[in-house]
Amino acid sequence: MAEVDLIGVGKVYPDGTRAVTDLNLHIEDGEFLVLVGPSGCGKTTALRMAAGLEDISEGEVTIGGRVVNRVPARDRDVAMVFQSYALYPHLSVRDNIGFGLSLRKLPKAEIRAKVDRAAEILGLTEHLSRKPRNLSGGQRQRVAMGRAIVREPQAFLMDEPLSNLDAKLRVQMRAEIARIQRDLGVTTIYVTHDQTEAMTLGDRVAVMKKGELQQVAPPQELYDRPANLFVAGFIGSPAMNLIQGSLSGDAANPRLEIGGQTLTLPAAVLTERPALASYLGGDVVVGIRPEDMEDSELVEASEGSGLTSTADLVEAMGSDVLVHFAIEASQVVTEDTKELARDAGTDVLGHLEAPRTDLVARFSPRTRVKVGDPVAISVDTGRLHFFDIESGASIWGSGGAGPAREDEE
Amino acid sequence: MSTAEKAAGAPARADGGNGAAGAPRRGLAARAVGRLGGGVAQVLLVLIALFWLVPTLGLLVASLRSNADNSAGGWWKVFTKPTQLTAESYSSLLDKGDFVDSFWNTVLITVPATLLVVAIASLAAYAFAWMEFPGRDWLFLIVVALLVVPVQVALIPVAKLYGHIEFGGFHMFGSITGVVLFHVAFGLPFAIFLLRNFFAAIPRDLLEAARMDGGSEWTIFRRVIFPLGGPAIASLGIFQFLWVWNDLLVALVFADTGSQPMTKWLQSQMRQFTGNIDILAPGAFLSLIVPLAVFFAFQRYFVQGVLAGSVK
Repeated sequence: MAEVDLIGVGKVYPDGTRAVTDLNLHIEDGEFLVLVGPSGCGKTTALRMAAGLEDISEGEVTIGGRVVNRVPARDRDVAMVFQSYALYPHLSVRDNIGFGLSLRKLPKAEIRAKVDRAAEILGLTEHLSRKPRNLSGGQRQRVAMGRAIVREPQAFLMDEPLSNLDAKLRVQMRAEIARIQRDLGVTTIYVTHDQTEAMTLGDRVAVMKKGELQQVAPPQELYDRPANLFVAGFIGSPAMNLIQGSLSGDAANPRLEIGGQTLTLPAAVLTERPALASYLGGDVVVGIRPEDMEDSELVEASEGSGLTSTADLVEAMGSDVLVHFAIEASQVVTEDTKELARDAGTDVLGHLEAPRTDLVARFSPRTRVKVGDPVAISVDTGRLHFFDIESGASIWGSGGAGPAREDEE
Repeated sequence: MSTAEKAAGAPARADGGNGAAGAPRRGLAARAVGRLGGGVAQVLLVLIALFWLVPTLGLLVASLRSNADNSAGGWWKVFTKPTQLTAESYSSLLDKGDFVDSFWNTVLITVPATLLVVAIASLAAYAFAWMEFPGRDWLFLIVVALLVVPVQVALIPVAKLYGHIEFGGFHMFGSITGVVLFHVAFGLPFAIFLLRNFFAAIPRDLLEAARMDGGSEWTIFRRVIFPLGGPAIASLGIFQFLWVWNDLLVALVFADTGSQPMTKWLQSQMRQFTGNIDILAPGAFLSLIVPLAVFFAFQRYFVQGVLAGSVK
């Protein structure tokens, strides 16, 4: 158990490709840190550098205060759980879990006892003599965990350990991983593509994009105060709606115009975000979380907090209803949103003839909106997010932005 | 493709449009393979296998008859006169010291030549597949290129080389060691090629997991790669064993009468006019029975290994 530090870590492949740039992370003893980002963002590369499976091109990695740049993987005393589980197909579950211990020449009886204990924690006791190919996906995943646990390493490194499981099992194993990590108190770095996993598991979550760290923060802070457009769009499901709008009025009565409709903002928005004052009379990117919108018929809407549109699609989820609608505002097309669209597998449409942006709102299941109906949406204007249209950085004001991105581009 | 097949293919493609890509049309061979599981095919295969065994059976029967009986008529006559069967040829053959010597020579050549090739090739293949060192890929290309060097071109140069190697009464030329080394040298390129490709198909994660678990290169090789490469290594071993056991050319060139294997001894017993079939038949059968036993003992691995590289 130890602290893990990544100091200015970078990775450049021999062909000149840059995978990770100037990554600085400090992981406390016993902390669960999740590295999250779209595929190709360098999160796995960063993890593999910490593991010793990948050479470190720049910077330093320390584990328990020891610089390990030149230490081979087998001497770093960290355990890794692979996406593919990487179980040894020719060994029984018992031998798979005990493999690392037997390489360390521990006495047989001690290995036996440790494997038995790990198997008990993971509910594998009755499967110890089976071969991996006779196990279900969830059981294989447990064996992979067991192999890490049994070594009592300084740190766990997990590379998308749940991505090969089906949805239901994933939720179950997610809770189990959280429980085991808490019980053992082992420093953990967990790489995932899934923001739900990131939010539920991490003590802190580090969001990466194209090899660069965007923000490191506890999950709720990441959600409430995203440092930039990328983090805002990546964290949250359905994703935050991003619209171009313009601010007008004065500090006492700020107004926001989006797609020909006007929202009056509470004055508190400006006191919370002093820097926003300088955007009055100019364009900004507005972020509205789907959950900050509600059917006007169901709430007491205050003056100037409503949008109107037509419901294009209504998805009843049971606990809530997702209503898709469009407003006549320009789409936000920046490098961040392009990256988000690429990750989601959708194309950025660019500028159409008429400006049009699709939004998603999360309504209470009591709503009676149907496809094609006109819909009045009440927006919680106190919970809007504002971003600079050029840099994509969140607009807060001096010192308010939390741990901002490491370097502006 | 036959015209009938084309005609049948056109409508199939036309109505295949609405479904996904419908099942592709299967050729005659594909359909034949598909029916191999059926009972009729099983019986047919057994018949073919038995048919192929007939010459071996003939040799066995011939070796169990006297010289006079063999010259009087073909081996199938034994079915009408079972009393002809006698183990006399075998007992007289096994009394011949030079035959027994040649049998042991074959063993002494084949076993080391097989073990050395398997040991060296699996280590080299691991290095070529999974270790990083400068010039690795070039070196491997050279090994692959060596695959096409025929044995024949090396006979004279190696014979000359062996002629120079002698110390303390040991002469490389004509020795068992010389024959073994020649077989090892010419067995290695293919062996390395085969095993390297097999090892390279082992998932990288497995090796990395072993590395994280604290394994050195040697441990990873011994405890992960070697067991996983089992089928390929076994089939390579069988290949090499059969090849060396049956070799005549290398033995003719490099072995002398003291180190000659059975193949060379049998060849030396050939007469222009038949007359010593009582020596040749049992000798040939004894030299055949060992590879046959090896093959049947390991045929499971053999099939796995042959399929190993091609079917991922």
